[in-house]
Amino acid sequence: MTAQRLFDKVWERHVVASPDGEPALLYIDLHLIHEVTSPQAFEGLDLAGREVRRPDLTLATMDHDVPTIGIDKPIEDPMAAEQIARLRDNCAKHNITLHALGSVEQGIVHVIGPQLGLTQPGMTVVCGDSHTSTHGAFGALAFGIGTSEVEHVLATQTLRQTKPAGMAVNVTGDLPRGCTAKDLALGIIRTLGTGGGVGSVIEYRGPAISALSMEGRMTVCNMSIEGGARAGMIAPDDTTFAFLEGRKYSPKGAEWEGALDLWRGLVTDPGAHFDHEITVDAAALRPAVTWGTNPAQSVSIDDQVPDPAAFTTPALQQLAERALTYMDLTPGTAIRDISVDTVFIGSCTNGRLEDLREAAEVVRGRKVYPGVRALVVPGSARVKEAAEAEGLDRYFTDAGFEWRSAGCSMCLGMNGDILAPGERSASTSNRNFEGRQGPGGRTHLVSPAVAAATAVAGHFSAPGDL
Amino acid sequence: MAGVQQISGRAVALNRRDVDTDQIIPAAWLKLVGRTGFADGLFSAWRTDPNFVLNQPGANEAKILVSGANFGCGSSREHAVWALHDYGFQTVVAPSFADIFRNNCVNSGVVPAQVTDEGSARLFSALAADPQAEAIVDVAARTVAIPSAGVTEQFELSDFAQWQLLEGLDDIALTLRHGTSIEEYEADRPTWLPTVAAG
Repeated sequence: MTAQRLFDKVWERHVVASPDGEPALLYIDLHLIHEVTSPQAFEGLDLAGREVRRPDLTLATMDHDVPTIGIDKPIEDPMAAEQIARLRDNCAKHNITLHALGSVEQGIVHVIGPQLGLTQPGMTVVCGDSHTSTHGAFGALAFGIGTSEVEHVLATQTLRQTKPAGMAVNVTGDLPRGCTAKDLALGIIRTLGTGGGVGSVIEYRGPAISALSMEGRMTVCNMSIEGGARAGMIAPDDTTFAFLEGRKYSPKGAEWEGALDLWRGLVTDPGAHFDHEITVDAAALRPAVTWGTNPAQSVSIDDQVPDPAAFTTPALQQLAERALTYMDLTPGTAIRDISVDTVFIGSCTNGRLEDLREAAEVVRGRKVYPGVRALVVPGSARVKEAAEAEGLDRYFTDAGFEWRSAGCSMCLGMNGDILAPGERSASTSNRNFEGRQGPGGRTHLVSPAVAAATAVAGHFSAPGDL
Repeated sequence: MAGVQQISGRAVALNRRDVDTDQIIPAAWLKLVGRTGFADGLFSAWRTDPNFVLNQPGANEAKILVSGANFGCGSSREHAVWALHDYGFQTVVAPSFADIFRNNCVNSGVVPAQVTDEGSARLFSALAADPQAEAIVDVAARTVAIPSAGVTEQFELSDFAQWQLLEGLDDIALTLRHGTSIEEYEADRPTWLPTVAAG
C-alpha cells in the first residue's frame, strides 16, 4: 500500500462521492456556527425551502460581536442585537443547539469545540470562520468556509472540495525557555510568508510540536491560515488522548478503546511524500513581536524595526514601507523602545486557560503601567470560570487589568472593544491587519507572556525584563 | 444566481499584494444580515485617501479589479465578495487568491481570474499607460484582454468553477443529486462519533 499522509487518511475517510470532472464531495462531521457568518446562509436555506440536514452535527454559539461587559443586560448595539436575535431564531427554527450568551458553555467557537470534546482526531470540522484551522491540533481536518458554503453544509452536511496539496512544516530543536507556541507560530509564518501555504494543508511535525500541550498545538494550528494554508494538522498522540478523555462528547467505555485504536493510526506513514516541505529551527527562536500589518512581518523582541530596503523583492519592500508608515515606526528603533496604549489578552489564538495562567504569572504582584489600558477576555465562559477558581482573575484585576466575559472582543473589534485611531496595542490575537482592532489602530501580535510583561512595563518587554 | 459569460468594462488597478478581507470590507459592516448593501463599505478605510484608486474619475463604473498576489487573504467573510459585487466588480484578476476567498467568489458569481505573475505585470503596465482602457474577461475562453494595448492573458479557473460561473448553478441542488451516496455514507459512520445533544 502506498505510504499515506495523515491528511490523506482523514480526507479519504470522508469522500462521499467523487464524480468525474468535479471536486470531491466530503462529509462534514461537525459544523460550528456563529452569529456573523450564518444569517445569510439560513435565509438562503429558507428561501429555497430547504431544511438543516443534520442539526445533531451542528453547534451554534455567540462570539463575534457579543459584549464582554454587562452580558446580563440587553445588548446596546442594535445591529449586534439583531444579528444575535437572528441566530437565536434560526437555531430554534432548525432545532440546532445554541450556547447563547450567558450560558456556561458559551465562548469562541474554536475554544468551545475542543473544550466539549466535540473536536476529535480524524474528524472533518468546518465553520464560517478562517480560524477553524485551530481544530487541526487534534488531527482533525478543519477549515474555514464562506457563508454560501455554510448554507451548503447546513443543507447537505457535505462540501465540494478540491483536494489541497500536502505540506510538511518540520520543526526541529526545542523551544527555548521563555518561548511559547505563539512565538513558534509567528516564526513559522515568518518563514512561510503570508501566501506560502495557499492551496495546502500543513502537517506540523517534529519534537518541538510533540512537546507542545494541546493548548499550544491549538495556537500553532490556529494561525495556519495566516500563512495562507487551507488547514493545519498535528498527528494525535497521548497528549491528545489525555486531553480528550472524559470530556462531555468524548467516546466512553468500550467505544473509547475502539476510538483510540483508530486514532493511533492517524499518523503519516514512513516514506510518505509531501508536495512542499519547510523546516523551522525552534531552538533559534526568541519571543516574537510583529512590526508590520501582516502576521509574517515579525522579529524577535531583541531586534529592531527592520529597514524595508533589506527585503528581497520590490513587492516585499513596498509592503514593508507601507506597513511602517501605517504603524508609524522608524527602521532601527529597538522593539523594546516601542510604547503601547492597550494590551489585549484573549482570542481563539491565546484565550485558553494555559494562556491566562502564563500571563497571570507575569502580572502577579505587579501593576499595569500608568495610562495603559489592559484587558483579559477569556476564550469561553468555562475558561473564565476555571481561571476564577484558580484565582487568576484577582492577579489580573489587582494589577489593573479589566477582567471581561468571553468572546472574540478586540481581536476583530466588532463589539465595541476597539482601539482608537492611532492607538497601539500589544495583542495576543492573530491578525495585525490595518484597522483590524479598530479603524486606524496599530496592532502588534505577541504571546500572552510578552503581552503581560508589556502591560507592566508600558513598552514591549519579555517577562525576564521586569 | 445569474450566469456570467463575459465582462467588459473599465478596469481598476490596485497594485498591492496581500489585500486582506478586513480591508475589502471592515468588520463593522459584518453586522448586516443580508447579502446586499455593502458597496459603501468596500475598501472604506482606504477610500478616505483621495489618491486611492477607487477615488479616481470613472472608477465607480469599473467592473474589473486587477490586484496583486494572495488577494482576499485573512478572514473567511464572504461579505468581501458581496461588497465587491455590490460596488460593481464582477471579477478580480490576480496572480493568486486566498483559498476561501476564491471559493466565495465562485459561490457568489464573481470570477476569480488567476493570471501568471508575468501576465499580471503586463496588465498593470497596460493600465498604468491607459487607466481608461477597456478590459474584457471571457469566462468561456478563460482570457483577460486589454485590446487597446494588445494584451491577452490566459487565466486559471477549474473546469467545475467555470461551469458553475457560466451557468449560474445552484451548488446545493447539484450536491443533492448525490443524496443516496450521502445516505449510504451516513449509515456507515461509526456510532461513537459525537452528536450534539439537544438543548
